[in-house]
Amino acid sequence: MIVPIVFMAICAIGFYYSGLTFDFIFDEMFFRLSRNLVLVASLIIPVISGLGLNFGIVIGAMAGQIGLLFIINYGIGGMTGIVVAMIVSIPFAILFGYLVGLVLNRAKGKEMITSMILGFFANGIYQLVFIILVGRIIPFSNKSMMVNSGQGLKNTIDLLSIRKAFDNFIFGGMTRLPIAPLIFSGIIFLFIFLFFKTKLGQDMRAIGQNMQIASVAGIDVDKTRIKAIVISTVLAAWGQIIYLQNLGTFNTYTNHEQVGLFSVAALLIGGASVEKATWKEAVIGTLLFHLLFIVSPLAGQNLMGDAQIGEYFRVFVAYGVIGFALILHAMEKRNQIEKMDRLNFEDNKAAN
Amino acid sequence: MALLQLKDIGKKYSGNQVLEGVSLELNPGEIHGLVGENGAGKSTLMNILFGMPVIHSTGGYEGEMFLDGEVYNPKTPMEAMNLGIGMVHQEFMLIPGFTVVENIKLNRENTRSTVVSKVFGKKLEVLDKKQMVEDAKDALNKLNLDLDYNLPVKGLPVGYMQFIEIAREIDKSNLKVLILDEPTAVLTESEAEQFLEVIKRLSNLGIAILFITHRLDEIKSVTDHITILRDGKLIKSVKTEDITTIEIAGLMVGRDFDITASSIRKFDDDSEIALKIEELYVNMPGEAIKGINLDIRKGEILGIGGLAGQGKLGIANGIIGLYPTRGKIYKDGKELPLNNPREVLEHEIAFLSEDRKEVGLLLDEPIDFNIAYTSIEIKEDFIKKLGPLKIVDKIKVRDHSLDMIKKLDIRCKDQKQHTRYLSGGNQQKVCIARALTFNPDILMVSEPTRGIDIGAKNLVLDTLLELNKKYNMTIIITSSELAELKQVSDRIAIITEGKIQTILPADADDRLFGLAMSGEDIKEVIN
Repeated sequence: MIVPIVFMAICAIGFYYSGLTFDFIFDEMFFRLSRNLVLVASLIIPVISGLGLNFGIVIGAMAGQIGLLFIINYGIGGMTGIVVAMIVSIPFAILFGYLVGLVLNRAKGKEMITSMILGFFANGIYQLVFIILVGRIIPFSNKSMMVNSGQGLKNTIDLLSIRKAFDNFIFGGMTRLPIAPLIFSGIIFLFIFLFFKTKLGQDMRAIGQNMQIASVAGIDVDKTRIKAIVISTVLAAWGQIIYLQNLGTFNTYTNHEQVGLFSVAALLIGGASVEKATWKEAVIGTLLFHLLFIVSPLAGQNLMGDAQIGEYFRVFVAYGVIGFALILHAMEKRNQIEKMDRLNFEDNKAAN
Repeated sequence: MALLQLKDIGKKYSGNQVLEGVSLELNPGEIHGLVGENGAGKSTLMNILFGMPVIHSTGGYEGEMFLDGEVYNPKTPMEAMNLGIGMVHQEFMLIPGFTVVENIKLNRENTRSTVVSKVFGKKLEVLDKKQMVEDAKDALNKLNLDLDYNLPVKGLPVGYMQFIEIAREIDKSNLKVLILDEPTAVLTESEAEQFLEVIKRLSNLGIAILFITHRLDEIKSVTDHITILRDGKLIKSVKTEDITTIEIAGLMVGRDFDITASSIRKFDDDSEIALKIEELYVNMPGEAIKGINLDIRKGEILGIGGLAGQGKLGIANGIIGLYPTRGKIYKDGKELPLNNPREVLEHEIAFLSEDRKEVGLLLDEPIDFNIAYTSIEIKEDFIKKLGPLKIVDKIKVRDHSLDMIKKLDIRCKDQKQHTRYLSGGNQQKVCIARALTFNPDILMVSEPTRGIDIGAKNLVLDTLLELNKKYNMTIIITSSELAELKQVSDRIAIITEGKIQTILPADADDRLFGLAMSGEDIKEVIN
């Protein structure tokens, strides 16, 4: 519990020095929650299945971006475009998730670092495909997406046709706030909750606790782990689509890179660990992480009086929190053990 | 007609005949004991019966099996289970964070179909918690066991875990034969008694039970029929009432053996003290020590006995520093640091833990390194210097371990075999070889013969005696088996409720020890 409390305190201090109004923060948080929650939610199932924090959602984000490139190329806009992008991303996400799962099954016990490196590796392939193969082998009809030589996609692609389409879906006339994506996130969390009530969910919980025992009981451990990664990858693809429709522009080669790191940081700040994660931790963590993201640059600038410091703070916060949260988790675990030991000792003394 | 029939079962592992011509019959409701030394072929026979993949990946087995008169030839454990063969493994196969119910129904959960599952397949059916609880309750009732089935098994006493495993097997509606592999090895005496009651209840339900254990008194008291294996061959299959425990032990080992009490030495009050313990408190969960004073003389073998949970294991664990400790310990008059295993080792005190697998061995390292590493680490033996670098002298390590393997008769492929794949007795021998190599002034051994067979047992105890005699090593031996303590010790301290109840010479009357263990003040009784 100590991790979210510490971050709450840091946020409070940051909020005080940033000089931001509460109204501004409230609006900003609404948007940031709506566009990040699905990505963070995609981490929950692998954690409970014993695969740790799946940095491989980067690859899921790539699948989502493939879906987006598809609709831009064919000029499908609005809510229809988003739905089509989501549908197109599914087969890619399933294929990528399956491949990641195959690799992770060969790296049992080292899933986190393996999935992280896989993300970097996949990034190389992604660049190969969209810088070199597009235009030469893979045809794109929409020439405005490509660089002038006709080979390779542009660095930045405009998503005007679907910008905020999901945010304003149904509720757009009533409020500026993104209600639809928040409801969608709620549905995803509900899905995860119900999922763990099914046979497959129970199998995942079992292998998450002890692979060997589960396998002796006849559960196909490898297959179940692959399924967990596939679901996670599909959710990450959708999460990335929701994220990008809110931003409205799309950095072809960089947008997916930080998805894993940021989502993991958010989940950890919420109090989750590599062994346990729930929807509460996902929501609290996303809230705190982005609150810190909003207030820290301004607080830094106000305290130090330098605009450059703000940019520095962003990076510092993102990487710092992961290390900090992991250390806090480790300390918390050790403290608990020591406390138990001490209690036992007092008992012994009292008995004498 | 027999329920399960084994005819001339044999098995070769790469040309090595480990099982030969074993025939067995099992009737409904029969409790059949299977005894044998380590390596006698018990596990291989179980693996064949339970269709373990290892059997079929190494060329199958010889002979035939019949279940209910039909040919029985399981290729996988799943197939065996479906045909009504259940097995309770030596190690618990329970998921710690799951509740009792979830564990009993593990991978056999009751489910209800939903719209989603109709589209996406059976795996997405919803768990029927109500039905699961009902089934689990039924199974637990059959065992006459009253416990909160919604608790996670994590916090339950070890004995209960065994019962939950059995409940899981009973819950399989078609269970005909239940195989129990050393089920009482981890149980306390009272738990074991309750367990044997449960087995009798099961046999009354018509389930045939194949019971493997090395506790001969148990097998004598609970079984109808006993089969003795030795070196892969069936030595004798006999009705339980027609054989005595001593005969069974004799047939198992295949040689006459006699337990001779070592000549007990008395140490004068002014003989040198090797280890002096003052007001020692050890916070070892379940085995706490609450203030003891003890002098151990140089060259003495001190036995520490007592019932499980009274604290006897805490003493050695506390001295070496594995659990939080308070008090004062002096070795040769010098005070030892507490809670610092390395410094204690440097003071030439070594410890063979009761927990061989977790504390005693590096399971994924070869035998030779396991034998040498304490000496390498503490004494810098087996080290050659290469300029400023210190390098382990692999050849020396190899030669030394080959020597040890021969001397202690460690049964292994070669010195490079990982200790994980050794049997319990051989693992213990590796631990002893390490202590021998380290050659400390004081050696503390806890439960040195737990889970190992009679032949290996005597070798372990003889080695301890030899160490004591040859190097004048002071030995502190902790064991739950009084007979074993009496066999090697000079004095035996009985621990009750974390304190020393009494210290008796090893040749004292058994009844005195019994009284001391149950917490009676012996002096009062005698007066």
